[in-house]
Amino acid sequence: MITHQYDVLIVGAGGAGLRAALEIPEGFSCAVLSKVFPTRSHTGAAQGGIGAALGNEEEDSWEWHMFDTVKGSDYLGDQEAIEIMTKDASRAIIELEHMGMPFSRTPEGKIAQRRFGGHTRPEDPSDPDSKHIAVKRSCYSADRTGHVMLHTLYENCIKQKVHFFSEFYVTDLIMSGNVCAGIVAMDIATSEVHIFHAKAVMLATGGYGRVFRITSNAHAGTGDGFSLVYNNGLPLQDMEFVQFHPTGLWKLGILISEAARGEGGILLNNKGERFMERYAPTVKDLAPRDMVSRAILTEIREGRGFKGSDGTYYVHLDVSHLPKEVIDDKLPEITGFARTYLGVEPTKEPIPIQPTAHYAMGGIPTTPDAEVTKDKKNTKVAGLYAAGEAACVSVHGANRLGTNSLLDLIVFGRRGGKAIAEFIKNTDFAPLPADAAERTLSKIDKVMNSKGSEKVGALRTELQEKMMEKVGIFRNESDLKEMTSEIKSLRERYQNIAIDDKGKTFNTDLIEAIELGSLLDTAEPIIYGALVRQESRGAHSREDFPNRDDKNWLKHTLIFKKDGTPKVDYKTVSITRFQPKERKY
Amino acid sequence: MKVTLRIQRYNPEKDSEPYYQEFVLEAGDEKERILDLLHQAKWKHDGTLTFRRSCAHGVCGSDGIRINGRNRLACSTLLRDVNYKKPIVIEPLPSMPIVKDLIVDMSDFYKKYEAVKPYLINNAPPPEHERLQSNEDAEMLFESAKCILCACCTTSCPSSWSDENYIGPAALLKAYRFVFDTRDDAGDERLDVVDTPDGAWRCHTIFNCVEACPKEINITWHISQMKKRLAQREM
Repeated sequence: MITHQYDVLIVGAGGAGLRAALEIPEGFSCAVLSKVFPTRSHTGAAQGGIGAALGNEEEDSWEWHMFDTVKGSDYLGDQEAIEIMTKDASRAIIELEHMGMPFSRTPEGKIAQRRFGGHTRPEDPSDPDSKHIAVKRSCYSADRTGHVMLHTLYENCIKQKVHFFSEFYVTDLIMSGNVCAGIVAMDIATSEVHIFHAKAVMLATGGYGRVFRITSNAHAGTGDGFSLVYNNGLPLQDMEFVQFHPTGLWKLGILISEAARGEGGILLNNKGERFMERYAPTVKDLAPRDMVSRAILTEIREGRGFKGSDGTYYVHLDVSHLPKEVIDDKLPEITGFARTYLGVEPTKEPIPIQPTAHYAMGGIPTTPDAEVTKDKKNTKVAGLYAAGEAACVSVHGANRLGTNSLLDLIVFGRRGGKAIAEFIKNTDFAPLPADAAERTLSKIDKVMNSKGSEKVGALRTELQEKMMEKVGIFRNESDLKEMTSEIKSLRERYQNIAIDDKGKTFNTDLIEAIELGSLLDTAEPIIYGALVRQESRGAHSREDFPNRDDKNWLKHTLIFKKDGTPKVDYKTVSITRFQPKERKY
Repeated sequence: MKVTLRIQRYNPEKDSEPYYQEFVLEAGDEKERILDLLHQAKWKHDGTLTFRRSCAHGVCGSDGIRINGRNRLACSTLLRDVNYKKPIVIEPLPSMPIVKDLIVDMSDFYKKYEAVKPYLINNAPPPEHERLQSNEDAEMLFESAKCILCACCTTSCPSSWSDENYIGPAALLKAYRFVFDTRDDAGDERLDVVDTPDGAWRCHTIFNCVEACPKEINITWHISQMKKRLAQREM
């Protein structure tokens, strides 16, 4: 077995991990591990923009951005963290520009901005209580903002000579008592297991979209970071809050950015009605994602959707009335997806869309400096950090606003990197337990030598379909209870999986088997969180508890695995500036 | 309907050389992606079949392969884009060492990408706000910045096939991305890297890269702009 020693290890080479790596000063060693080559990370799929109150196109302020984020989170976001993020946003965007990120520009040559769901300003700027209307806050590069951001960050890592272990799959955390002492990883090319001893580890492992059948997420989005934490007895926070993006391509789930609506696109039902006018009279199609996704499903349930050839339903996203140059210059990628995958010409006809599992609001609980915490008192786990979609700071609460995810990555990735840079100066390596790789080796051995009858692909499809059906946009107690026993049985069957590939070279059969374990580990706290939370808030909609219940439920959920079963605890929400109010748009 | 994928297989632990294996698969309709069929082959027939993929919609660049003799992304190529009445031939990208089945060793490709200093170099202290750039100047970069590093272009280029030291279209496109960025100060450093017989001048405007690019980037045009810049520099 090969053992490495680095001051800092960053797991995941998306926006958060790369931004953090740039903060590790010269004189300290840092390595970034990623199961895909860095520029294949899912940050690159983000389209519409990154939020900051630059005010380049119209008057804006970070306080309005903060208010929108708090309101968008259905008041579950921690206001201390949201204030940090929205205050730091303009600096963070300017920094990306200085790093070389290519942005679309205004006529004066500044960074261009567009409207996005849930981002508003008071119609009368001197009166914060006046009617809120959509504001241009999303800084963009056509509809490839995530792609150019990811490349810019990777390019800067090359410039700074950051060391990468590409196509390494992390299988375990090494805990030395209460301290994180490193990670165990497998070199995918050779199946060799490596031990990485470190002073500090950051998990920037992204989301879990692949828990669901219809998702905008990459195949790599299997929730590995959540599984690493959960299996080491640490909690996951607010996992019940799963964002379904309203506009995924029908059947495929491929993301069609909110930018399509930001530029003037509208949603239509089978009667040709612009139905969002009924659900969100002021901002209409630019309501937050949870509301638009529920509205689409409600239209479909009430018979106003379109029935597809395969019996599934969709509604229309229409951009055909937009000027051709807007479509060609500002939405080229997503209109290309509609042409390529559905054979639809968006300049002439509407695009069939359906909600698609998109983003994890919940995740690994952290302080605003990306330090992982392990209980309701926010006790820190020394040496362990998390940032980006894998983390729950919590800035997104019960529902994330579009453009705030890219912002989250660079603000908290950087803060985490800075915190690590301080931490390693005064810290020695924690002792490496002798059996550090034990669990990984026995897991690999078990899968490789299993003669079981279950197949990874079939089991995964079953999980994804059931999660979609019972733990999707609308939820209820009987479905969720059913899912708690379902997940138990899927986990038991998982013990009986066998794979075809017994080789050592690039064994993706083995990787997919371990990833299925991550998916199951991640689905469990989503189900339990959804079952215990007896209210509807943000993206969590309980048909049996249709209202928000601040008296009992204005609190974060923490789910731990204790003796093999999930245990629940709760944590208070940080409320500083904005008291909870009814959430209407 | 039934379609057949004729896939090149190679496992270095077992095989002395690559061979072809046919998979007869069930396709829902002609909008099915080649990637969907590869998954069906792997998940339902043979778990040892090995290929890279991630985003599945043409933005991550993982799944560049050769489909009926053309370099394409498995996730952006639909059945209707190929003749599926006959077996569809699936091979790894050419001219790179095969690791296993459809997976190639891309280290040389990445090394050449890094050689052009693919990052903004601006030695002036940054202003408090963004550096100003006209939208026209910004748009000069957009097409080149679309590149997803899938290697479909470089491995389709006959100049690359015959000269392993040729830096290749993808790296040249990346050089353009920074040489033509009005915010960048290191144009000359980068031009020095590409002003060699194995650099931009090895491009013989064959246009294979343009045909291969899944992001529809006119790579040859970009390389030509750089050649023009090199010629201007000479004068």
